[in-house]
Amino acid sequence: MKGPQSLIFELSSPGRTAASLPAPEVPTPNLSSLLPAHVLRNDPPGLPEVSEMDVVRHFVNLSQLNHSVDNGFYPLGSCTMKYNPKVNEDAARMPGFAQIHPDQDEATVQGAMELLYSMDRYLSELCGMSRFTFQPAAGAHGEITGLFVIRAYHESRGEHRTQVLVPDSAHGTNPASAAGAGMEIVVVKSDERGNVDVGDLRSKVGPSTAALMLTNPNTLGLFEENVREIAALVHGCGALLYYDGANANAIMGKSRPGDMGFDVVHLNVHKTLSTPHGGGGPGAGPVGVKSFLEPFLPAPLVKLDDATGMYVWDYDRPKSIGRVHSFNGNFGVVVKAWAYIRSMGPDGLKAASEHAVLAANYVMRKLQPYYDLPYDRDCKHECVLAGTRQKREHGVRTLDIAKRLLDFGFHAPTIYFPLIVDEAMMIEPTETESRETLDRFIDAMIKIAREAEEHPEVLHDAPHHTPVGRLDETAAARKPILRYTRES
Amino acid sequence: MGSPHRYIPNTRADVEAMLEAVGASCIDDLFADIPPEFKLDRPLAMPAALTEAELMPELSRLSSKCANADECASYLGAGIYDHYIPNAVDHLISRSEFYTAYTPYQAEVSQGTLQAIFEYQTMISELAGMEVSNASMYDAGTGTAEAAIMSCASTRRNKVLVSRAVNPRYRQVLQTYAAPRGIDVVEIDFCKRRGITPVSRVPADLAADAACLIVQSPNYFGIVEEMEQLGAAIHAAGGLFVAVVNPISLGILAPPGSYGADIAVGEGQSMGIPMSFGGPLLGFFATTGKLMRKMPGRLVGQTVDSSGRRGFVLTLQAREQHIRRESATSNICSNEALCALASTIYMSLMGPAGLRKVAETCLYRAHYLRDRIESVAGFTIPLSGPFFNEFVVRPSVCADDMNEELLAAGIIGGKPIGCEYPELSGCTLWAVTERRTREQLDTLIRELEVLA
Amino acid sequence: MSAVKYTRDHEWVKVEGNIATVGITDFAVQELGDLVYVELPVIGDEVRAGERLAAVESVKAASDVFAPVSGEVVEANEALDDDAGLLNESPMDEGWIARVEMSDPKELDALMDRTEYDEFVKEASH
Repeated sequence: MKGPQSLIFELSSPGRTAASLPAPEVPTPNLSSLLPAHVLRNDPPGLPEVSEMDVVRHFVNLSQLNHSVDNGFYPLGSCTMKYNPKVNEDAARMPGFAQIHPDQDEATVQGAMELLYSMDRYLSELCGMSRFTFQPAAGAHGEITGLFVIRAYHESRGEHRTQVLVPDSAHGTNPASAAGAGMEIVVVKSDERGNVDVGDLRSKVGPSTAALMLTNPNTLGLFEENVREIAALVHGCGALLYYDGANANAIMGKSRPGDMGFDVVHLNVHKTLSTPHGGGGPGAGPVGVKSFLEPFLPAPLVKLDDATGMYVWDYDRPKSIGRVHSFNGNFGVVVKAWAYIRSMGPDGLKAASEHAVLAANYVMRKLQPYYDLPYDRDCKHECVLAGTRQKREHGVRTLDIAKRLLDFGFHAPTIYFPLIVDEAMMIEPTETESRETLDRFIDAMIKIAREAEEHPEVLHDAPHHTPVGRLDETAAARKPILRYTRES
Repeated sequence: MGSPHRYIPNTRADVEAMLEAVGASCIDDLFADIPPEFKLDRPLAMPAALTEAELMPELSRLSSKCANADECASYLGAGIYDHYIPNAVDHLISRSEFYTAYTPYQAEVSQGTLQAIFEYQTMISELAGMEVSNASMYDAGTGTAEAAIMSCASTRRNKVLVSRAVNPRYRQVLQTYAAPRGIDVVEIDFCKRRGITPVSRVPADLAADAACLIVQSPNYFGIVEEMEQLGAAIHAAGGLFVAVVNPISLGILAPPGSYGADIAVGEGQSMGIPMSFGGPLLGFFATTGKLMRKMPGRLVGQTVDSSGRRGFVLTLQAREQHIRRESATSNICSNEALCALASTIYMSLMGPAGLRKVAETCLYRAHYLRDRIESVAGFTIPLSGPFFNEFVVRPSVCADDMNEELLAAGIIGGKPIGCEYPELSGCTLWAVTERRTREQLDTLIRELEVLA
Repeated sequence: MSAVKYTRDHEWVKVEGNIATVGITDFAVQELGDLVYVELPVIGDEVRAGERLAAVESVKAASDVFAPVSGEVVEANEALDDDAGLLNESPMDEGWIARVEMSDPKELDALMDRTEYDEFVKEASH
């Protein structure tokens, strides 16, 4: 096991370089003859001075300190850490995708535009929507885009609706996105089955409601059984229904948000559609809408000109909310998702959701005897267990359980979320893990439950076999050190 | 449950055993909670699955329908640049321990990602001359919008001033984000002769209740602005100064910290990230120590582990959406971590001397091209301010016709900007990077001479 | 020494003349765990009883501190800027958060004394 590594700045030696650059080949007058002296830089930036080998070893060594999908099981709930197919990486790097500029004439980028156009068709079919924009670069970016659209729609009807309803089980991005769209947040309670409390919703929805944001299956991994009634209530007062697609891996080919009554959808391409998460991004958060909302989508959209058979940018969208991204969104990520959809086909996508749901139920039922299960229902693609028993009886916190899992070579589940479950552990196995892997994980969880009874101290001090031991987050936040500073 | 698929390992026998363990007789038992009327009773209408061997030709077919910058000499810029990417960058970001990891929530098994972000934050801070950097935003456009929102929150004012010489697309994103929050965006016009934003256009009465002034340098026209004067003007009125900068230019240009910027944002795509039709990109975002806690986005901090060894964690998370929810400084969650890693590797490979050399080569070649174009009959340079690697050209011929002719010669010409700036109708914006060789520049000149 | 009053949101307030010193209770601090940052109010701001005055942050949570009384913020405890740990060490004394010049001292009548507060905490934790 590798331990802590030097910072690259600590490897620096004056005069060393890895740069390989051409000579200017043109006249090189004094800089100050081209630019005013006062706009020139006086001191060079404190970048490291290292050789190419230094750089390669440093970052390879750093990479080896990471847990990743490619070196172990990653059951992080709500994140859909499925296998990231390698062919998709090659696809995004093809020169006709990677080496093209967004301002090129349409005639010179027809392949890329065709890909976006067909992806719009695929995602619209997958979600039961009418049209997608690819500008949003991530899920939260999709949320705020969808809310801008909803806001513009209401305003176009002369209605000033200011409230967004958000269930208490929602991702933090939901209320944050609603606030970013200038909306007031109204929290809706969950009922004892883990669904939206319809009575509470009824009391809160009204003429000021702009939208309800719903994740379905929700963050408890449970399908909203009352979605028809919810949709009727929300639409009945003139508000719209927003679908947070973070959990769409449960329902591909099984059920569609558009059919359930949702008006706006975002998908997390880096979850459901297999593109890698990159250690925190880039993802993509395409947003789809029903036809009555199409005029409000960010401009431009790709359009097929029937007369010429050419794909063109459609800028003529007077009701558009405007741009949400400098260019076309995370196109390179969309290429990977396109390759995934074509690799899976309609049967494969449906099978993926079925296997994902089966895997989550398998883990849930196998672990049910050992951990508390706050909502005892068949789950969808993820399950939420609770470490309440371990905390109450053995003084072991869910954090300790999570850290101990790392010693077994597994990533921890999402913990302490959703907020409405005490000591929550949200486990999402995904369809790309074999039964043998799930069994090994289950065995580790059972072993940890026993350790909690017999040797709680082992859990309190965990992890023991990771590149570093448990890190002091309090110290980090009290006296923030956010950059390296050269010792003088 | 469909036929076997290469990405789904469990066999029919596995499925049977698992169904039995959960007490279900068939897979649809587990979907019984979906109301029947919402169950899709037909296959999705999409093309059937392709094998890997079938997929690649289909992708090649699409890719080959695009004119790429490896085959053509491209002079497009306007925020996305065709810089050289050292081969080591892609090899290193292709380490799947980096690219198949999630956000580093479990720090003990994410030290690779966390330390790399810490190094990124340090390098961006150094490059921009600022005290702190976050772990990245989506792009320069959303970074600019977030800078405006952060300025409003920290000054408790509701109006932002932005130069019209800021990239029009960044201004469009700013407008999209500002309007719903009730933030008033006021545009400051530029000088039609020099192409700079004159400080006289930021009078005290206009600045008096402004949260910030946003200026890009080099601006959209490639021209270097008088940042120190502009910063002083907004500071005198109690507002913040937001600098939108090109990171490559900082190899030779004074960094935002040196002229008193409170927030520096910009597009990091130039540093090791392919153009990819405009994304994924890298919005960098840096500020002062004083404003650190008002920052949007993730931050990595240094700490120690249980045995006192140095380690890194996500920190100051109470600013973020997963804790503060509707009161968070931003809704951003996923950012552009792998692009930030690419830029960190790029900056490490370049070092201070390499970055300076890239900047100088861009500057010299751009000036050479500008001077040569100016000498071609029928081409004029409408803006006279000092520039970095981008400049505006007014051809006497129609810009679209010119570009069509150039394309036939394997050249992707400058961007027509008349739609964005009616006063520059017919004009084009040309960018020159170190990838454009002397030979390519001379070829371009010969083509333009034929056109004129 | 003047009497200390308590709110149902676990703030304490100590009155000297027209000036109310405000902090969060020992019970609140215990519940919140290690505090890492205090977002202090801006001096000169007018606050109303029950509105957000400040915020305290632990690593994984942020909690608003509400003004127990209305008035103008006249002082903030800048020592907390350097060391939020003071709140953990001395919540009822050195860890005070702000001083408010009261505009309506009658508001104090609605607050609890220590016995009532202890009773309130006991009931709340059941």
